[in-house]
Amino acid sequence: MSLVAELYITVLAILAGFQVIAKVPSILHTPLMSATNAIHGVILLGALVLAFSSPTGVASVMAYGAVFFATINLVGGFAVTDRILGMFRSNGGASE
Amino acid sequence: MTIAVQLGYMAAATLLVLGLRFMGSPASALKGNRWLAMGMALALLTTLVSLRHFSHLVGVLVAVAAGVLGGTAGARRVKMTAMPQMVAMFNGLGGGAAALVAAGGWHGSHGASLWLALVTVLLGSVSFGGSVIAFLKLQEWLPSLKGLRVWRMAGILAMLVAISFGIAGAVNPTGLAPISLTLLAAALAGAMLTLPIGGADMPVVISLLNALTGLSAAATGFVLHLPILIIAGTLVGASGTILTQEMSRAMHRSLLGVLWGTLKGSSGAAEQEGSIQEASAQDIAWLLRYARSVAIVPGYGLAVSRAQMEVKQVTDLLTRFGVQVVFGIHPVAGRMPGHMNVLLAEANIDYEALWEMDRINPRFRDMDVVLVIGANDVTNPAARTAQGSPLYGMPILNVDDAKAVVVLKRSLGRGFAGVDNPLYYDEKTRMLFGDAKATLTQLARELETTA
Repeated sequence: MSLVAELYITVLAILAGFQVIAKVPSILHTPLMSATNAIHGVILLGALVLAFSSPTGVASVMAYGAVFFATINLVGGFAVTDRILGMFRSNGGASE
Repeated sequence: MTIAVQLGYMAAATLLVLGLRFMGSPASALKGNRWLAMGMALALLTTLVSLRHFSHLVGVLVAVAAGVLGGTAGARRVKMTAMPQMVAMFNGLGGGAAALVAAGGWHGSHGASLWLALVTVLLGSVSFGGSVIAFLKLQEWLPSLKGLRVWRMAGILAMLVAISFGIAGAVNPTGLAPISLTLLAAALAGAMLTLPIGGADMPVVISLLNALTGLSAAATGFVLHLPILIIAGTLVGASGTILTQEMSRAMHRSLLGVLWGTLKGSSGAAEQEGSIQEASAQDIAWLLRYARSVAIVPGYGLAVSRAQMEVKQVTDLLTRFGVQVVFGIHPVAGRMPGHMNVLLAEANIDYEALWEMDRINPRFRDMDVVLVIGANDVTNPAARTAQGSPLYGMPILNVDDAKAVVVLKRSLGRGFAGVDNPLYYDEKTRMLFGDAKATLTQLARELETTA
């Protein structure tokens, strides 16, 4: 994919991100932060690509480290967000 | 890339954007998080399908299994009061992973990719180092080192060293030594820069580091030509940027002010007129008991003394007496953005009763009593009236509009901004001093006896 195409994607993703995230109310900012925190665990894809491309020496240590870190980030992030959101309950009462 | 692989990534990206959209309302947020997780799983699957050969397979599987175990164990055990530390730690790991991927994949990249790899290593390592320090400070394993300019200078120096090693490596890529040094120096720089930042500023720092990690993931996408990394990383970057701005505005501080640890100069605040009126827990219990409507304004003090269960107890008693209770929540209440809402949700308080600042402010004048628990600066009317006060212009909760105000507070000390709060000298204000957990327990006991 060309650099220009990648830049297109970046710009559109920035616009979509601002649109979607600006609508999240402050009551949900902690789960939003921990969910987006999990999303940057997407770096696991990069870590796997690196680890499977037969690195040697220091590079292979780096690849293992990256896979380990990114997996904790990804799995832990989604699990803890799920736990937080499970606490948000409503009985339909006490509203305006 | 085959068509199937591209379509797989596209579907994953769609799931990510829609999942974030669902995070916009408490009723659909749980679904949103699961869509995000599905999108991520799909992206992973697509990557595995697209790869031709799998070297180091056993080692990678072990690393993944260890990561899954560590991640779920941490996520299950962490206390909700410790969420900021948890986010800081996951964030640091993500940033570290991005830096390692870029450093390890440095070889063979050229042109724009080479420079983007350098950017990734810098951003990711700074985020890693900064997050480690943020974690240690939030966990209270590190003392506050506010005001030590030496550390900031050391951080900038480390940053310069990192950049020069990086450029040396980029110009003449021979082996991993230069990039490894960049990795280390940039992580040190992140640590040094975060070291002097104080506890109350942490919401801003955590969102900023979150944005940094997102951007480093996006930059890795350019290096590896994986658009899904670009999209996911950019979404995180956007979210972190919005939250950072919102937090700075709600705290009425500039981002640079937070990073450099400067506070706006105190204006030698005018002498307060009137005197403080203390009240007993019993008086306050009666006041609350015979109110029709009560708004509770929880702040940092409540989070620190971990008194959310006691708040729930008082709320339940009041509701039983037919008092309408709502919560007015300032955007920076707690220790990270939206933290107070999570703490109250954990104590089983209905989220319909948690009102944001814009929603509750016009309603304070209808409230019989406002109960302020461990919040100071965010209720200071000087932010509206006193031009020249460091707080002037900060968005606050207008609790002084209510018919009566009760303040539960540890002592008459000043808030983070170091400004006197005229609210405490208002003739309709009653004060009860003590740790929030202790005073709320007293209050609950008194309320039970009035029944």
